[in-house]
Amino acid sequence: MDIVVVQFLTGLASASSLFLVASGLSIIFGVSRIVNFAHGSFYMLGAYLAWTLVERLPYGPLGFWGGIVGAAAIVALLGLVMEFVLLRRIYRAPELFQLLATFGVVLIVQDATLWLWGPQDLLGPRAPGLRGAVTILGQRFPQYDLLLIFIGPVVLALLWLLFTRTRWGTLVRAATQDREMVGALGVDQKLLFTTVFMLGSFLAGLGGALQLPRESVNLQMDLTIITDAFVVVVVGGMGSLGGAFLAALLIGVLHAFGIVVFPKITLVLIFLVMAVVLVLRPYGLMGRKPGPVAATVGLVTPLIGPTPRALVWLGLVAGALLVLAPLFVGDYTLTILSEMAILALFAASLHFMMGPGGMASFGHAAYFGLGAYAAALLMRQLGLGMPLGLIAAPLAGAAFGLLFGWFCVRLSGVYLAMLTLAFAQICWSVAFQWVELTGGDNGLLNILPSGWAQTRQGFYWLALVLSIAGILLLRWLIRTPFGHALRAARDNPLRAEAVGMAVGRLQWAGFAVAASFAGFAGGLYAYFKGSVFPTFISIPRSVDALLMVLLGGVDTLAGPIVGAVVYTGLHEQLMSLTDYWRAILGLIIVVLVVAFPQGLAGQARDWWLARNGGRA
Amino acid sequence: MSAVLAVDGLRKSFGGVHAVQGVQFALGAGEMLALIGPNGAGKSTCFNMLNGQIRPDGGTVMLDGRDITGMKPRDVWRLGVGRTFQITATFASFTVAENVQLALSSYHRRLTTLWRRASSLDRDEALALLRQVGMADQADRQTGILAYGDLKRVELAIALANRPRLLLMDEPTAGMAPQERVGLMALTARLAREQGIAVLFTEHDMDVVFGHADRVMVLERGRKIAEGTPEAVRSDERVQAIYLGSGAMYGEGH
Repeated sequence: MDIVVVQFLTGLASASSLFLVASGLSIIFGVSRIVNFAHGSFYMLGAYLAWTLVERLPYGPLGFWGGIVGAAAIVALLGLVMEFVLLRRIYRAPELFQLLATFGVVLIVQDATLWLWGPQDLLGPRAPGLRGAVTILGQRFPQYDLLLIFIGPVVLALLWLLFTRTRWGTLVRAATQDREMVGALGVDQKLLFTTVFMLGSFLAGLGGALQLPRESVNLQMDLTIITDAFVVVVVGGMGSLGGAFLAALLIGVLHAFGIVVFPKITLVLIFLVMAVVLVLRPYGLMGRKPGPVAATVGLVTPLIGPTPRALVWLGLVAGALLVLAPLFVGDYTLTILSEMAILALFAASLHFMMGPGGMASFGHAAYFGLGAYAAALLMRQLGLGMPLGLIAAPLAGAAFGLLFGWFCVRLSGVYLAMLTLAFAQICWSVAFQWVELTGGDNGLLNILPSGWAQTRQGFYWLALVLSIAGILLLRWLIRTPFGHALRAARDNPLRAEAVGMAVGRLQWAGFAVAASFAGFAGGLYAYFKGSVFPTFISIPRSVDALLMVLLGGVDTLAGPIVGAVVYTGLHEQLMSLTDYWRAILGLIIVVLVVAFPQGLAGQARDWWLARNGGRA
Repeated sequence: MSAVLAVDGLRKSFGGVHAVQGVQFALGAGEMLALIGPNGAGKSTCFNMLNGQIRPDGGTVMLDGRDITGMKPRDVWRLGVGRTFQITATFASFTVAENVQLALSSYHRRLTTLWRRASSLDRDEALALLRQVGMADQADRQTGILAYGDLKRVELAIALANRPRLLLMDEPTAGMAPQERVGLMALTARLAREQGIAVLFTEHDMDVVFGHADRVMVLERGRKIAEGTPEAVRSDERVQAIYLGSGAMYGEGH
């Protein structure tokens, strides 16, 4: 009983930071409609900055708390800079490009942090005056955690006062409901956006800084917290501070108990709770169904016409050259080309659900990784080779696509995307923690292809042929009545239902198809690398796919291929040039988003249409 | 004349607001029935309950003698109810022909076909429907860039794809130029008569209502207060009281 109470209190203490971060994310999204991936980075920066400030300032209550609040204030200023320099330029860009840009910032911040503070974990001092513990029911409980338990509700109350009792807060609430109308009433939107972004960043920074006495400061904090924050926002209901608070409590307490009772399946437990909540209340505990999306004027997704003859020829020539490539190029290039082929298939599978399906996924690597683990486990556990492995991989992808997709298609837009990310993190944690089966961090090794494909050339041809076949199959699916129906459901769900289409079922099927092709790509990748690691499922892997699709352009069929080739090439080049390749990559992403909001292939298509006076 | 649509005791409340209270009416094949009333009278709510968009609190909706109360929109559609929306609902990233083809493929239950190209499936039938609404010459243009009046015609062609017994049109001429309105409603009336389709439409434009409806039904605060021929409704005192001063009943508002 005593341990139960103490764990409960520990959960409440963690919930406070989680609430700060999630509420910031929610407030920013409400007004700007931007899902700020970099919000987790601000949390991490808050912790690092607090560490530095607290170390530098004289030790004492003033120094400590000054350092915490100072760190949050600096993060707020960084938020201001980001809003001013980057986001202002892309408020009119499609939602996903904004997301991509914020992920560019994640990469830049990661490397900047690494450069400034180094790779080692940092330990902060305890809070002065709160170093001890109190005894609760015979168990020792840190005084600092007791304080944290109070900070959450206090911040909630302050935010509530801010939003209901001040003119600024009223404007923010109004803008959350109808941005255009607030602008039409003569409110300076730029100022409103900037201040909201600062407040949100401040909350993230404060959340991170407050963790200083509780846990070590490290470079993984950003992606860990952003996943938790997404879960909290989805469970609590987007845009609801009360919901975020409740959900943070729920998740915080679950974490605390999970770690004691079921250390290995904590995340699975959270998944189950999330699943139950979403089945009962699809828009979260306190969320409401988002109103019908206002028709975006002048933003019409282009037709998918027949492939232009020139493009068919280009494809045939490129294909022929690729088949003959082993005659001209060396092993290193063949390795890169094999990887490009497999990742192009992976990207094409994500494109299928994002483009025609209209469902963005932040966690597509889940199915890629599950396919890879399916192939690897067949070999390690049952001694079955590549042919069966390559059959099992898409089946594994499809099975989990059906399972997770059932929940995901109940939501739409960013809510759906956040849920996909949460599912992917669960898969990742299982792969990481179930050491007996997956080998944990050490992975599964010696996943060899069949004998004839063990040479570099043999495997290259295998990867090339299967990837191209997969991509062509996906392209074909887009043109079948099923593909058209899926796209129709994206264009106008109301109309689709009104002509007899079961939108939910169509999307579920589309989700599973995308997952199965991702699984297939993952299976190929397992034999390509000869090993499988939890990183196959990690967020960066999901974001890789997202980047490829968005770089190439969502609205073109060639987009994912172009994106995969450009991205993989860029990645390889940068990695060989510098240790800080993430920052450079992030910078390139940011510049590309600002310069080509339609993606590379989209830009090429517009250029082509303009030149040929095509219908557009 | 046996009724295609028979509605009885239809009720719906939102919180404490009784949007529709016990509405009852019937509609026969080839007949055009206009549903009018001031803003907030419950027209749209009534309308959305007929095709399953909103589930009624009480009452029945019968289609050809079959109870369809509370069925999903897509199931209601399968039974032969076409629908157009106040804000046109079409598939913007497809061509005009493909829009109609999608509805046709759905009607023929071919949406899960995986070995045919969708753009060639049911194309002739789609072009025939587009000829009926005068849009065949624009069949291969993208729907998302059409003028609003043309979009309304495309939507009508989509709504006709399931060979409906009943057509529900929510403010069919909203947002159109006066000349276009007459054209669209004359077309609808002709198709209704030729094919024996029962048409129920809501409308604010009284020229359209009194020019094309066979019968008019008036709602106010969720209750039916008048029903009859256009002439009878026009001279009804309660109806005049509602519209008094607006001049809308006599077409002077434009």
